[in-house]
Amino acid sequence: MENILEVKNALKYYGNKSNLTKAIDNVSFSVQKGEFVGIMGASGSGKTTLLNCISTIDKVTAGHIIINGDDITELKGNNLNKFRREELGFIFQDFNLLDTLTAYENIALALTIQKIDAKEIDKRVRDIAKKLDIDKILSKYPYQLSGGQKQRVASARAIITNPKLVLADEPTGALDSKSARQLLETFTALNEDLDATILMVTHDAFTASYADRIIFIKDGKIFNELVKGNNTRKEFFEKIIEVQTLLGGELNDVI
Amino acid sequence: MLFKLSFKNMKKCFKDYAIYFITLILGVAIFYMFNSLDSQEAMLEVSSSTKEMIKLMINMLGMVSVFIAVILGLLIVYANRFLINRRKKEFGIYMTLGMGKRDISKILLFETIFIGIISLIIGLVLGVFGSQLMSILVAKLFEADMSNFEFVFSQSACIKTCVYFAIMYLAVVFFNSFTVSRYKLINLLNDAKKNEQIKMKNPVMCIIVFILSCLGLSYAYWIVTKGIYKLHGVNETTFYIGIAVIIGVITTILIFWSISGLILKLVQSRKSIYLKGTNMFVLRQLHNKINTTVISVSVICLMLFMTITALSSSLALKNSMQKDIEKLTPVDINLYKTANLDKSAESITYSEEIKKDSKMPISYTLKENGFDMNLLKDIIEVPIYELSDLTWEKTLGSAAIDIKKEFPMMNLTTPEMIIKLSDYNKIAKLYDNKEYTLNDNEYLIIANYESIAGMRNKGLQANTVININDSEYKPKYQKCEDSFIEISTSKTNVGIIVVPDSANLNIDNQKLWLLAANYNAKTKEEKDKIEDIFSNNESVLNQRLHEAKNSLNSDTKIKMFESSVGLSTIVVFIAIYLGIIFLIVSCAVLALKQLTESSDNKQRYIILRKIGCDEKMINSALFKQIAIFFILPLILAIIHSIFGIQFALSIFDTLVSKKQLIPSVIMTVIVMGLVYGCYFLATYIGSKNIIKDYD
Repeated sequence: MENILEVKNALKYYGNKSNLTKAIDNVSFSVQKGEFVGIMGASGSGKTTLLNCISTIDKVTAGHIIINGDDITELKGNNLNKFRREELGFIFQDFNLLDTLTAYENIALALTIQKIDAKEIDKRVRDIAKKLDIDKILSKYPYQLSGGQKQRVASARAIITNPKLVLADEPTGALDSKSARQLLETFTALNEDLDATILMVTHDAFTASYADRIIFIKDGKIFNELVKGNNTRKEFFEKIIEVQTLLGGELNDVI
Repeated sequence: MLFKLSFKNMKKCFKDYAIYFITLILGVAIFYMFNSLDSQEAMLEVSSSTKEMIKLMINMLGMVSVFIAVILGLLIVYANRFLINRRKKEFGIYMTLGMGKRDISKILLFETIFIGIISLIIGLVLGVFGSQLMSILVAKLFEADMSNFEFVFSQSACIKTCVYFAIMYLAVVFFNSFTVSRYKLINLLNDAKKNEQIKMKNPVMCIIVFILSCLGLSYAYWIVTKGIYKLHGVNETTFYIGIAVIIGVITTILIFWSISGLILKLVQSRKSIYLKGTNMFVLRQLHNKINTTVISVSVICLMLFMTITALSSSLALKNSMQKDIEKLTPVDINLYKTANLDKSAESITYSEEIKKDSKMPISYTLKENGFDMNLLKDIIEVPIYELSDLTWEKTLGSAAIDIKKEFPMMNLTTPEMIIKLSDYNKIAKLYDNKEYTLNDNEYLIIANYESIAGMRNKGLQANTVININDSEYKPKYQKCEDSFIEISTSKTNVGIIVVPDSANLNIDNQKLWLLAANYNAKTKEEKDKIEDIFSNNESVLNQRLHEAKNSLNSDTKIKMFESSVGLSTIVVFIAIYLGIIFLIVSCAVLALKQLTESSDNKQRYIILRKIGCDEKMINSALFKQIAIFFILPLILAIIHSIFGIQFALSIFDTLVSKKQLIPSVIMTVIVMGLVYGCYFLATYIGSKNIIKDYD
């Protein structure tokens, strides 16, 4: 399998000489095409920094991040924006939908800024909406939607550009458990049916249990790695809890 | 501590404050400049009548200033509300730290005082220098001697400015503490997070409202331009103009209420435009924003409309008045005397001597009353006749019925003024006007008052035959000839009939004596001396005429120039004063609105950035948004003013022709473009900075 994402010895330092914080400390891993990978860690462990570096919003201090053959640490300015626009899809904890636009328009916006032909946009938006079961709410505004619906709209927006890699940052963070489950099932469907490669950051074991593989991060370093393999989701969930206990802290999450 | 907080805040917010601050400074400076005119008037060497004019102007400017103060006060209160609203969160944090509402009020008080004092000082300094430029302008406009020009500082204007602005700031302080007292901590902290509900209007409704508004507006336009000529009487006219204004205001509001929905609907139906780049986002932003700002955009539009109309029509008025007067006063003086007083209705009131004198030429009266005829040269004296049975009704012929219908106020039974051809030609030669020839049975009419001449033309086209003491005459020309025999400031000759010398008119038909002449003088001083004999009530000539209970009416070139220059200058000054203030106030409100909008929308731009828009796309989206926001009220204001100017000029019907309008419109466009453009650029740059930094 080809590697979509390859992180090589990534380092990210904050602060100055007298007070240095290593947010990411020599992290290396890779994600293959069609994989659904979770990154877990407590708050402050560096998982969001890592995601920001991968998503080109932030820059690593040293090391390389290669996405689909392009070393994004070498990209600059507009190339970076173009890369982000065309190769990556984002799903955020707080949805980040534009409240002035309808669901349809929010999804279409990802395509219009890529200067894609209007006719094609319409077709693609309706296609993806059907797949994510949001075709009935397309004309509604975000404030008229439930949290789960909003996140599915956001997912549609992330996936519609056929990105090489979908990055999800705590996608279930603002959802109730029922919506969270629905969304995660959607993710699984995206992953299996559309062959989308998903990298999801979360601190929630239940959410993480939907992934194929989980990378645990503690204090900026990779602490452990779990592969679902042939385990059922329930077994995988229990394994995750075990690792989390090992990781210490986050007692609340276990309960 | 509180002082420190407010001071630091101001330093931090300087960028946001800048536009508001600059507008305040400009406001203060302009206020001072127009109120300091009285101290400058003292140093101008002008005639006494001009001095009177300047005094009148200063009084009027003083009254206008009160109005201006109200407008500026509203701007300050409005801007302040904006700036406070932006800082709700900051106040919330202060309050969680245990600060009371009184303390917050105090912070705001310090800030207001601080900004007030700084803007007053800078504005006054600017105003003092600006007023020096103004006095040069005043001198030029009043054609005054500038030889003893000196730097003046007007204490009274300074005090007046300070007092007026102090009152405005006091209002702000009062308003602020009222706003703060209504704050609830929970709202302060959560306001920023609150997701505003987007109210969407029914697009069909928008289209209907838009079309109805356009129809209403067209009707209002029609009233003020065409319909006005069909109205009868002052009351009716005022009533309909009032209705037109009300319709104008309401439709302006409704158009802004509906236009964003309309545009959105239109563009949405063209998918290739709507689904292109950030267009969708820009349109939605606009739709959302205009919804919440209908009233202020409408007010801005109306203010811009007044600015454009006031500036261009006043400048046009001034230009044309000055151009006309050169042509219309070819000689220094016209003297009139009523002839045949014994035949007039009030003949009993006149003494026998005066009745006798009225049968003699003006030059006789002048000599009798001790006037040295050598002081005048190029003297031409002509009799003007009148026949009681040759009335307007007769000369208008068959057209009279239509005209009566259209202008019921006109008294068509007024007798016409008649002059003999050779007499007219003598005057025309002196005035350098066209001379005419007539056959024995022909007549012609000279007139230059456009609308009246138009009516007379109908009569002439109908070949109306007139009767003078039993001989008939037919028109030589199908229309009035553009000429005059009396000097005037504007084209007000409503028509004089010129008949061949052979016409049977005798001394008994004479109505008036008219004498036209130039002063026999070379220098301006000598001319002024002769002028004084006629215009000064204390002069020997006037005293003697007064004692004899006789009177000569005079029109002089010098008097006409002064009154014309004075009048037009007053109009221009008030128009500029109001226009500029309106302009900067509307610009400032637009800019402030847009800036707060940008900071409120920061989150939206961050989202755009996150989903992969590059800076170029974001900036162009921002640019489009601000540009449309600035241009929409301007476009409607321009359309309004096309009709507004026509209306304004129809009031000064005789004074301005369309051609003379062009340079003043160009001037207005330049001034407006500069001010508007600067505010627009400042807003764009400011907004760009606001949305640039990540949170």
